[in-house]
Amino acid sequence: MNSLAEPKKWERFFWPVLATAALFALWHFAVVWTATKVFPSPLDVEKGIAQLLRKNILWMDIADSLRRVAFGFGAAAFLGIPIGLMLGWYPAANRVVNPAIQLVRPISPIAWIPVSIIFFGIGDKAAIFLIFLSAFFPILVACVHGVVTVPSIFRRAGMNFGLTPFQILQKVVFPAVVPEIIMGLRIALGIAWLVVVAAEMIAVDSGLGYLVIDSRNSGKRYDLVVAAMLMIGAIGLALDLVFRRLGKLKSVRWGFRDAS
Amino acid sequence: MLFDYCRAGFALIHSQGHMKSPRNLNSALPPVAFLAFLLICWQIAASRQAFPILPGPVEVLGGIADLVRHGLLLKYVVASLFRVTWGFVSAAVLAIPMGLTIGWYRRSEMAVNPILQVLRPISPLAWIPLAILWFGVGDLSAMFLIFMGCFFPLLLTAIGAVQSTPDVYIEAGRNFGLSPAAFVYRVLYPAVVPKLIIGLRITLGIAWLVVVAAEMIAVNSGLGFLIVDARNAGNRYDLVVAGMVIIGIIGLLLDLGMRSLERVKSFRWGYSEA
Amino acid sequence: MGVVTTPPAIGTKLSVDHVHVVFKRDGKTISVLEDINLEVRSGEFICIVGPSGCGKSTLLNTMAGFLAPTSGSVNIDGEAVRGPDPRRILVFQERGVFPWLTVEENIGFGLFRLPRAERDQRIARYVELVRLQGFEKAYPSDLSGGMRQRVQVARALAVNPDVLFLDEPFGALDSITRLLMRGELLRIWEAERNTVIFVTHDIDEAVQLADRVVVMSSRPARIDRVTTIDIPHPRNISSPRYLELRDAIYEQIGLAYTL
Repeated sequence: MNSLAEPKKWERFFWPVLATAALFALWHFAVVWTATKVFPSPLDVEKGIAQLLRKNILWMDIADSLRRVAFGFGAAAFLGIPIGLMLGWYPAANRVVNPAIQLVRPISPIAWIPVSIIFFGIGDKAAIFLIFLSAFFPILVACVHGVVTVPSIFRRAGMNFGLTPFQILQKVVFPAVVPEIIMGLRIALGIAWLVVVAAEMIAVDSGLGYLVIDSRNSGKRYDLVVAAMLMIGAIGLALDLVFRRLGKLKSVRWGFRDAS
Repeated sequence: MLFDYCRAGFALIHSQGHMKSPRNLNSALPPVAFLAFLLICWQIAASRQAFPILPGPVEVLGGIADLVRHGLLLKYVVASLFRVTWGFVSAAVLAIPMGLTIGWYRRSEMAVNPILQVLRPISPLAWIPLAILWFGVGDLSAMFLIFMGCFFPLLLTAIGAVQSTPDVYIEAGRNFGLSPAAFVYRVLYPAVVPKLIIGLRITLGIAWLVVVAAEMIAVNSGLGFLIVDARNAGNRYDLVVAGMVIIGIIGLLLDLGMRSLERVKSFRWGYSEA
Repeated sequence: MGVVTTPPAIGTKLSVDHVHVVFKRDGKTISVLEDINLEVRSGEFICIVGPSGCGKSTLLNTMAGFLAPTSGSVNIDGEAVRGPDPRRILVFQERGVFPWLTVEENIGFGLFRLPRAERDQRIARYVELVRLQGFEKAYPSDLSGGMRQRVQVARALAVNPDVLFLDEPFGALDSITRLLMRGELLRIWEAERNTVIFVTHDIDEAVQLADRVVVMSSRPARIDRVTTIDIPHPRNISSPRYLELRDAIYEQIGLAYTL
């Protein structure tokens, strides 16, 4: 924005690499200078990751976390998208249901933990339920908003060409809403990824969240703690990138004005 | 105005017309009825349980009354709000200037972006072991967790706000020969404020989510603690759900409060662009 | 000015009979159109001009069937207009093209009842007619404003409508593109000879394009005057007759034509 010259192509790699390297260096030296016995240096973390990989623990934990997210998020999308589209299409229904939604939505998924433990006990199902809850509302809200804001010009054109109301829903409203649905899914996935970590810390005994807590509890292995944290960050980023990619498809791109 | 007449007219034939409903008691009835219906279902389901575990709405109200009588409700609410305020404000005070600066200098954003993208998806709760390591169990830990939950979203919001300022504003500012300080004060700040407020509102919601989790794990007061403690010390699920309800209500109030801030006139101009 | 008697005159495509449109909003009653009477012959090119406001578009939407008149009726081929219909397609000012479909998918939008071979053939024909060959697989976001309007016109024509309504279709374009598009529209019209009703606030545009120009007053809108443009195409926009007709309309609306 304020660069006096347009950054050159090579700069796109140079600066991040420089900054990241500087960060690692800073981290390393901070550990060395403070002579801390507990906090890991970058090398410790790397060794920790290698150790986890060798024992296959890391893969299993990653798989467990992803599996829970897949089920919870999948269920949230499976229910949230059609319900959201319906509520958006029938404003009368939306008026009735919306206040109830607005009241339940701000309740932190984490506050639901005790209730979910009552229903499902400690284990997978409780975690999946929590992920479902946390992903459901953003998806629902995005779908409703998407339908409600379809420009009336598109619907009129649909009517003009002799489409039945169902055809209009199918050929005009739905394609018009897809960009917003994708945006909602992307946000919901981000939230789901945050919640799975929380759920795993409290309600189950496997997965990346559990790894974080357990590494500390059983042996103060902070190198593994940080390793697990970085894994969480990396996978969360990867998931987000998948949806960004989706948003770049040509038939959907028009909906993202700045195509970020 | 004229176009509104057109739109009202199109609604006549447009079968899915979004016609404005009269804002009176008539339109408040259906949603209230729906809520009442849900509450009744809940009550029936609760009273028909084999083992009375999950409380019905009546029991929950009783639980809330209980808390009020013991003076705990206010105490816990204040404790939670206190932590949220500190964590949120400290995150804002750090993240916003940093974000505005990073957003302004393109190269710094390029440099820092990958690091941010990796750190952002890390749930604040994953920081718990480190929080306890550095701050022990207690208020400071909880505030640190809230800070971590708020810092990255606010940073990214600030960066985004600067980057999406229309170039025309920047060029106009330069054209009129403003000094850097005047430029920031008269052009940049007003331009970013609307987006910042939206970001603050969303992040406040996140902060409220995190405080509940942080309290469940790291402290011994507050609404999150209430939920965990009520269950552990005696299976008082009526208090558990009472806690959930109160959390929901306060979360909603915080959100509404921020939204009314968005409506303040001097911030509203930002929405004609959005 | 056409005054309607019950059997429509021979060759009449569309007739507007004593149409009133009144809106109720917040308890107030606003009369937008007052006693509109108009007869349009088959194959005619009509322009409706008037000051900026809602009357012209309201009339167009009423004729196209998107709006029910408060009283009076619109008849096309003797049949009353009761709703939107693919026999009378409306082209919007902008953003009417579906952004998630390619050019050829847009043009083929109304052709879903046809067998594939025939549909492809028609699409190809209209792509050629509006001179967008090479852009069949492009998305609207890749096209300029003028090209998008051409897609809309092709989409409208592909279903062979009886009447084509255009609501300030060139209003969002720059003036050079507007001139080019006018020529394009005339060329297409002369090839297809649909009945065209074209709303604009640009008086020059109306006089350049139309067989007859309908001048409307401001709200509540009435038809002030219908002028026949008796200059054959191609029209010389500097000819005395053109200027005479145009200035008469300026005067009718009450505009000065010296600055």
